[in-house]
This record gives sequence, C-alpha cells and structure tokens, in this order.
Amino acid sequence: MIKVVNLHKKFGDLHVLKGINLKLRKSEVLVLIGPSGSGKSTFLRCLNLLEEATFGKIFIEGVEITKPGIDVNKVRQKIGIVFQLFNLFPHLTALGNVSLAPQKVLKMSKKDAEHSAKEMLNKVGLSDKINSFPAQLSGGQKQRVAIARALAMNPDIMLFDEVTSALDPELIKGVLDVMKSLALSGMTMVVVTHEMGFAREAGDRMIFMDDGIIMEENTPENMFNNPQNPRTKKFLEAIL
Amino acid sequence: MENLQKLIRYYFNYSVIKDALPFLLKGAVLTIKFSFIAEFFGVIFGLILAIMKISKIKVFKYPSIAYIEFFRGTPLLMQIMFAYYALPYIGINLSGFFAGLLALSLNSAAYIAEIFRAGIESIERGQIEASRSLGMNFFQTMRYIVLPQALRRVTPPLTNDFIILLKDSSLLSVIAVVELLRAAKEIATWKVNPSTYTAAAFIYLLITLPLSQLVHYLERRYKIID
Repeated sequence: MIKVVNLHKKFGDLHVLKGINLKLRKSEVLVLIGPSGSGKSTFLRCLNLLEEATFGKIFIEGVEITKPGIDVNKVRQKIGIVFQLFNLFPHLTALGNVSLAPQKVLKMSKKDAEHSAKEMLNKVGLSDKINSFPAQLSGGQKQRVAIARALAMNPDIMLFDEVTSALDPELIKGVLDVMKSLALSGMTMVVVTHEMGFAREAGDRMIFMDDGIIMEENTPENMFNNPQNPRTKKFLEAIL
Repeated sequence: MENLQKLIRYYFNYSVIKDALPFLLKGAVLTIKFSFIAEFFGVIFGLILAIMKISKIKVFKYPSIAYIEFFRGTPLLMQIMFAYYALPYIGINLSGFFAGLLALSLNSAAYIAEIFRAGIESIERGQIEASRSLGMNFFQTMRYIVLPQALRRVTPPLTNDFIILLKDSSLLSVIAVVELLRAAKEIATWKVNPSTYTAAAFIYLLITLPLSQLVHYLERRYKIID
C-alpha cells in the first residue's frame, strides 16, 4: 500500500530524515516511536506531502506521489491526517468542520455531506455536539472531531501525529478508543505516539526512529520485551 | 473676561451655527457618502493587493509592495491634487468628487492591504495545513478557512481605518468638493465667523463616535469567541 524508498528531508542544513525505507501493507497499523527531533513527525508529514521530500520516493498503491507535477490535492484526499493540536476550524461548528471538505473537494451536496458528517460524529461519540463550536469542546472532543473530519473524506490511509500529547490524561482514553476501533475496522494507519498501551493493543508493527533513521523495526511484543538495538532499550527505559 | 466673550462669539456663536446647520449637514451627508464609497473600493483593491503581497510569485508580490510603499509614503493631499490638477493633462478629466474618490480609494487601499495582510498572516499555519491535508486547494483554503477567520480579526482595525478615511476626506475641500469641512469654510468666510468650523468638528465627532464604539464592541466580542 505504501512504499518509501530512501527518503531524505533537509531543512536548510538540518538533515532531518536520512534515508527512510519502509513498506506498509493494507490494513496494517504501524506505530512510530522515538525521541523528539528524531524525524517522526517530519516523516509523517512527507507521506501526505505537507513536507516535500528532498530526495527519495514514496509510492502509494504503486503511484509515485513524490513525482514533480503530481496533483497534491488528489493525493491528500486519500490520506487523512490528525494533528497534535487538533487544528479544527474555529469559525465552523463540529458539523461544519466535518462536512466542509466533502462538499468542496468531493462535490457532495450539502445534505449528503451533513448526513454522512453526522454519522462520522456519531461514530466518534459526539452526536450530541454537532452544533458546538471548537471553543465549546474539550481537548478530547476536539480531537475526535478532527478524526471524524479526516474520516469524512473516506481516506485509504490515516496518519496520526502525537494526537494525544496535548490532552489531559483523563481525555486520552476516548481518543484512543476511537483509534482502536478504526484499526479494528481495517484502516491502514501510521501512528506517531508515546501511548505504549495503544501500540501493544492495536499496533501490528513498531518502528523506533532516532536521528533521522529507522533504528529498529519489530513487533510491539518484541519491541517492548526484547528490543534489539541498545538505543531502543535506552529510550524505552526512559519513557516506560 | 473680554477674551472669553470673543472666543464664544467667534468660535461658539449659536446663531451663526444654527443658520449654517442645514448647509453643514448637507456637507456631512456628502462626507459620509463619499467615505463609504472610497472605503468600499479601498477594501476590494486592498484585499487584492494583500493577496498579491503574500503570494510567492514575484510578478504579483513586488508590484504590490511598490504600490503600498508609494501610497503610504507620499502625502495624501498631494495625491488628491495630482488626481485633480495633473491628470487632465493626460486626458483624464475628473470632477472634484471623482478625482478625490480616485485618490482616496487608491490611498486607503494601501493601508487596507497591510491590515488584510496582517490578518491573513495571523491565521495559524495549522489551519492551512489542516485544510490542505483535506485536499482543499489554495483558493478553497483562502475562501473557506483563512479569509472568514481573517475578516473577523481585521474588522476592528478596518473600522479604525475607516474613521481615519472619513476625517481625511476633509482634504477634498482643497479641490472644491463641498463636503463637511468645505461647507464650514464657505460659511465661515461668508459670515466672517469661524464658529462653523467648531460645528463641523462636532459633526465629525458625532459620526465617528458610534464607529469607535463599534470597534470596542467587536474587540470585546471576538475576545470571548477566541
């Protein structure tokens, strides 16, 4: 489904990604961990072209999306992303946030878009908040609206960029539950997170990134119990 | 004591003001009408200039910067006089009203462009990223995400700008447009009594006061929502 070949990203002199190679099957849930500054988020952002790769190739379903002149809007429609800081549109209600892009990008009628937006919000447990503005929602609710907003575009792949890092501890579970049920439904997911419980339960594969390269690739079980790379070991000891 | 009486006679003369009032109000109506039209064109042109200036494309960006610097950096009075006295030599004959409208619209567009630019750039990057990652293109992102939020933020500074424009419209008096200040001047000359200036100043205040109240109101309201 996703194939990444020798991906490099530089910001000026800063070499953030130093040759990432990766393959992801359909319905696979990949969990990315690593210290801050290791390039996890940059890698994620390269996958939906929010960042332009400096070198290397990314293929999605066999189509190279890093080719110059590709229709980035088309690519992004198929790849949903959820951000750490929600980035909800503050001037729109929850329903407006979720139903806007399907109307403008997929050219759905307002009625159809709102109908399916309500279904999405129902799915993330917010059917009673459809007319609330983001400022009236808790962090956990905002993040669930953000997930619903991405899902409303009916993506093939979902990217999660530390989506629970800005949440109060008691609000994290609701968001993780939504992500878990999404994983169970067969969505292909790349998740940057430090929620080890989620990685263990929902992750099919884990990657430990440090200093712009993949240090270790393993099953969640082995990653936690029997890490191969000493740096993985050190990192896990520090956060667990 | 004698001086105080003179002050009242020359600057707060009730009977002169009373006689002049209908004429002054006619001038005030023209001032308001004129200011709204100039602001209208200023906003449209200013928004275009702002988007040009934000753009990364050089043929849009640099002309916009040059335009803004020129109109902000030269006196409005000279722009008005140029539009009225100089343009006829290249075949553009405008009445005082339209010459003034041209100068003031072009001038306020430069200021309004900067207000819009600041408003657009104040929208967090994450908003644009969220919109683009949903597959919306640049124009859809501007139209549905950035501008609605930016417009809310620029309404208070825009209203402030309008107050300045309204007072600046008094410069039209130099090209024989009988707006509020010119009306006051003509009667002051005729009656040899400048009390009409005082009256005109109060009328300006009466017009601008609700506007500045509106600014305060909007600022408070947006604080609550944000």
